[in-house]
Amino acid sequence: MSVETERSSTESSAASGLDFEDTALTLTLRLPGSAPAPAPAAVASLSSSSSSAFPDADRKRASSDTDPDRSSPLAASSDAAPAPKARVVGWPPVRSYRKNALADVAGSSKANQAAKFVKVAVDGAPYLRKVDLQAYAGYDQLLRALQDKFFSHFTIRKFADDERKLVDAVNGTEYVPTYEDKDGDWMLVGDVPWK
Amino acid sequence: MAPAAPMGRGGSRAAPAAAAPPWHVLPDEVWEHAFSFLPADSDRGAAAAACRSWLRAERRSRRRLAVANCYAASPQDAVDRFPAVRAVEVKGKPHFADFGLVPPAWGAAAAPWVAAAADGWPLLEEISFKRMVVTDDCLEMIAASFRNFQVLRLVSCEGFSTAGLAAIAAGCRNLRELDLQENEIEDCSIHWLSLFPESFTSLVTLNFSCLEGDVNITVLERLVTRCHNLKTLKLNNAIPLDKLANLLRKAPQIVELGTGRFSADYHPDLFSKLEAAFAGCKSLRRLSGAWDAVPEYLPAFYCVCDGLTSLNLSYTTVRGPELIKFISRCKKLQLLWVMDLIEDRGLAVVASSCNKLQELRVFPSAPFDAAEQVSLTERGLVDVSASCPMLESVLYFCRRMTNEALITIAKNRPNFTCFRLCIIEPHTPDYTTHQPLDAGFSAIVESCKGLRRLSVSGLLTDIVFKSIGAHADRLEMLSIAFAGNSDLGLHYILSGCKSLKKLEIRDCPFGDKPLLANAAKLETMRSLWMSTCSLTLGACRQLARKMPRLSVEVMNDPRRRCPLDSLTDESPVETLYVYRTIAGPRFDTPACVQIV
Repeated sequence: MSVETERSSTESSAASGLDFEDTALTLTLRLPGSAPAPAPAAVASLSSSSSSAFPDADRKRASSDTDPDRSSPLAASSDAAPAPKARVVGWPPVRSYRKNALADVAGSSKANQAAKFVKVAVDGAPYLRKVDLQAYAGYDQLLRALQDKFFSHFTIRKFADDERKLVDAVNGTEYVPTYEDKDGDWMLVGDVPWK
Repeated sequence: MAPAAPMGRGGSRAAPAAAAPPWHVLPDEVWEHAFSFLPADSDRGAAAAACRSWLRAERRSRRRLAVANCYAASPQDAVDRFPAVRAVEVKGKPHFADFGLVPPAWGAAAAPWVAAAADGWPLLEEISFKRMVVTDDCLEMIAASFRNFQVLRLVSCEGFSTAGLAAIAAGCRNLRELDLQENEIEDCSIHWLSLFPESFTSLVTLNFSCLEGDVNITVLERLVTRCHNLKTLKLNNAIPLDKLANLLRKAPQIVELGTGRFSADYHPDLFSKLEAAFAGCKSLRRLSGAWDAVPEYLPAFYCVCDGLTSLNLSYTTVRGPELIKFISRCKKLQLLWVMDLIEDRGLAVVASSCNKLQELRVFPSAPFDAAEQVSLTERGLVDVSASCPMLESVLYFCRRMTNEALITIAKNRPNFTCFRLCIIEPHTPDYTTHQPLDAGFSAIVESCKGLRRLSVSGLLTDIVFKSIGAHADRLEMLSIAFAGNSDLGLHYILSGCKSLKKLEIRDCPFGDKPLLANAAKLETMRSLWMSTCSLTLGACRQLARKMPRLSVEVMNDPRRRCPLDSLTDESPVETLYVYRTIAGPRFDTPACVQIV
């Protein structure tokens, strides 16, 4: 199946140094067999992988408008834009627990930080949605938000090998979140550390 | 010890056949009973040092043990010395681990402590771990080893999942408190709450606010309903508002409540439901939660404001008049934690309304964003310290400060025991005079004779450390960052500060000389942390040689892989962590940490 090969190709490709800061991101939910539309440098997509095939696959597509000037304190790659102010590790002394909670809270309030919006496409939905990657502290939260935004009847099932899938409880279709990174490879969401 | 005359009858009566024994040979049980009235461990420790019989009586009757540094003694040492312990508290990683300065896998495993306790303290009832690595295996062992286990408190720990919690729920039949504060808990989607058996009713405290995943609300409701003694309930973000109302109706006796995520679109029905539920909670005294910009719901709390003594809004983004109106109704507040969104004008209202305030913490809403958006300055702190006579503990994040403000604060509040000021931008001077803030902090330590904890920030020279060293006699913990200009600064601290226990320093120009000159001081302290200072490996080696009862840990730059032995004495040391220990060097260090 095309999805199988797709997934095996993503699993075999090494986790690239994905730098969300200066790549454009697109999230897509796709059914097996549907070809990816031409996308900007990095694309994130959610592809369904179950055996039940939908003849008419709609598509949700996501692309991001990231701010390339925003600096990442942990970016090892040197191709990030130079930071206007270098962040010192561990300063100001705010606990990591609080930092994560602030990220949650900032996502829902009028954001103090620049939002990293990413378009999300889901196969079978009539229009796209945008999510703010800054608002979530981890993949679990992102998936939960996608679940909220799209289908209330989706549940998230976590598998033993740390893969995450969105499952449509109504008809059992599994949707696998994937994205296309800057090299144009389709990657399974969750391999690279969140930040 | 010279024998004292027999007490009681003395020699004036005939034939003192039944004379009372000399006081110093009273049976141990009498001393144990006497020592039970000493609440502080330090007093018990002092008693134990008096003589052998007191040592014996004290150690055999010690019920509560606090190990402030898990590497200061081995678990077996603790169990051997205090065989009757019922409650133990162990702390692991150094404080700066909270801010990411300690490398991962540094240590502080709870497993050896649990194993030793399981073996030597079968009657253990309470365990508290702070900044330690607690695994699911640990939790399973706890559930299996202690028949009368009652209290589990985990603060800032990691390494366990909901599977471990399931073991605790299923195995600890007498559990009274499950208190999980700011831990990193992996969600295995296990419905751990449902593993509390239907017959289980003893819960008094349930705090799972740091849990990320969902909980089964029905199971939670049933648990809350059957635990009639439940006094503290702190929910996580997964509980929606209408369910909160239901829970409160089932537990109106609640004293402390954490609401979890308190956000929903405004519906008058839901508002009335909440208002009625809160009106039923006549004993509610402490309130916390993560509230997201729902000012319309705040009036639902008004009925409990009168009784509130503790309010933690430090995860709340509500700002402006609604927030201020709410806080101003809480006239009995003793503790207030809030975000800087309260601004100076909000603190002015706090100052006039909350005269019983003892502790104030103001957290930054945008710590990493240099743009000034929030109008919180020195003004707010000055107002509160002027009007709240019982204020003794402050944690304050702001972006500007003046010496004059600090001097005023010091004059108004000589009763501070804890003063932690964090000016967000390093090296920030007094913004009106552009002078260092030496005068201000000096005023604090000179005026506040009972100061036990101090954190300094802003532009500071060695002068402030001279004041601190000379005046801060009761100071036990001192945190310094981006301050000082020479070795003298550190020397003043180490040669003064009579009561210093913990010293943590980062990014200061302090070098080898004051460290070596004051080596003996380090044995009187619990620990010293120095990162990004001007230390060399040679000094650390010398210190380790000179002071065998100290453990000298050097943490390498993780990019540098070469072993310590091959490095010269002149090599710079990025991080030094020194602590006194009777257990010798530990063997569980990761590759980037080495014991010199």
